[in-house]
Amino acid sequence: MNNPPDVTQDPKEYEEYAHGVQKHVRGYLMVGATLLAFTMLTVALSYVDFGAILSSLFHTNLSTAQGRKANITVAVLVATFKAGLVAAIFMHLAAEKRLIYRILIFTGFFVLGLFWLTLLAWYDYPIFR
Amino acid sequence: MEIPYTVSTRPDTGLWNAKIGIWLFLASEVMLFGGLFSAYIFLRIDAAPGTWPHGLLNVPVGTFNTCILIMSSVTVVLAWAALKMRRYRAYWWYMLATISCGIIFLVVKLAYEWPQKFEHFGAYIKPDALWKYEKYLGNQRHAEMGMEPRIEITGHLHSQNAKEYEVALDPVNAEPDNPVMDRPHFFPLPVTDKIATIEKADVERATMFLPTHSAYFASYFTITGLHGLHVLGGVLVFIYMWLPVSKKVYQRNPEHLANRVEVSGLFWHFVDLIWIFVFPLFYLL
Repeated sequence: MNNPPDVTQDPKEYEEYAHGVQKHVRGYLMVGATLLAFTMLTVALSYVDFGAILSSLFHTNLSTAQGRKANITVAVLVATFKAGLVAAIFMHLAAEKRLIYRILIFTGFFVLGLFWLTLLAWYDYPIFR
Repeated sequence: MEIPYTVSTRPDTGLWNAKIGIWLFLASEVMLFGGLFSAYIFLRIDAAPGTWPHGLLNVPVGTFNTCILIMSSVTVVLAWAALKMRRYRAYWWYMLATISCGIIFLVVKLAYEWPQKFEHFGAYIKPDALWKYEKYLGNQRHAEMGMEPRIEITGHLHSQNAKEYEVALDPVNAEPDNPVMDRPHFFPLPVTDKIATIEKADVERATMFLPTHSAYFASYFTITGLHGLHVLGGVLVFIYMWLPVSKKVYQRNPEHLANRVEVSGLFWHFVDLIWIFVFPLFYLL
C-alpha cells in the first residue's frame, strides 16, 4: 500500500485515504475468517481415512502407509493454501515492489534446492517403505 | 544523525530500507526452518514401519493455539491499518490484543502442552519380545488387517524397580484389539487404571516423552521450541511498540511507527505461516 498523503495538510484527502484503508480492513477480516475455517477443515479431514476412500473408489487395497500418504497430501495442500493467503494478503505480497519478488525468487530457489537434497537422499540407499 | 529512508522511499530500490531488511531476514528464516523441515521429512520417510508415533499430541489444544495465532495475525494487521488511518487508540487496543494472543500461545505451550508430554512414558519393546506383550499391542489383528505393527507401550509410569516398569496404560494399549483405537482421537483419551508390567530386559529403550524418546519428539521439540522463541521475540517487540515510548514516535511522525509495525507484523505473519505447517505435520498426521 502507498504511503498516505500528508494528512495534516488536507483533511479531505485524508478522508479518502482512510476510506481506502477501511476497505482493506474488511478484506483482512475475511481472510482471518477463511483461515480459521480452513483450520477446522484440516482438523476434520485428518480424521477421514482417505486410504479407505481411494481403495473403494479404485477397487484396490491400499496399505496403511499409502493411505497415510493420501492424508498427508491433503493436509499439506490445505496448509499451502492457508500459507498462500497469509503471504498474499497479510504480508501484502499480492502487490509488492519488484525488488521483494526478486529476493523471494532466490529464497524459493535455495529452499527448493534444500528439499531436493532430501529427495536425493531418499533415493540414495534402500530403506523401509 | 537521523537514519535515512525510514519513512521516505529510496529512489533506487523504490522501498524504505526496513522493508528490504525484514524481507532479507525472512529469507534467511525460510532457510533456517526449511533445514529443520527437510530434516523432519527425511527422518519421517526413513522411519521403519510402526516406529513413527501418531496421535500423541493434544489436537484440541493445538487447534486452539492455531486459532489464537491466526487471530493475532489479524489483529496486528488491523493495528497497522489503524495507524495508517491515524487512530492511535484503536492501534493501542489491537496491539494489546496481539500481545495477549502471543502470551496465551506461549503459556499454553510451555505451561500445559510440554509439561504434559514430560509426564508421559513410552517403552519400545525389542522385536523378539513383542509376542510377550501381544495383549497390549494387538499385532496379530493389525497384521491381518494390513496395518503397521505396534512396537511401543505408552502410559503413565506408575513405578519401576531394577527389573521392571509398571505402567498405567493408555487406552490404545489397554484395549489394543478395539477397532476404535486404530486411528487417533480428536479428544485425547485419559490414561486407564489398567497396569502393565514390562520387563526391562524386553525393552529396547524407554523414556518420558522428551526429545530422547524418538526422532518424532526430537523434531517436535526442536521446531516448536524454535518457533516459540520467535513468538517470544515478536511479543517483546510488540510490547515495545505498545508502550508510551512509541507514542512519542507516533507524535513525531505517525508513518514511522506505522512502518515499524508493518515490518514487525511481517515477521509475525511469517511466524504464523510456519505454525500453519507445523500444526498438521506434527499434530494431525
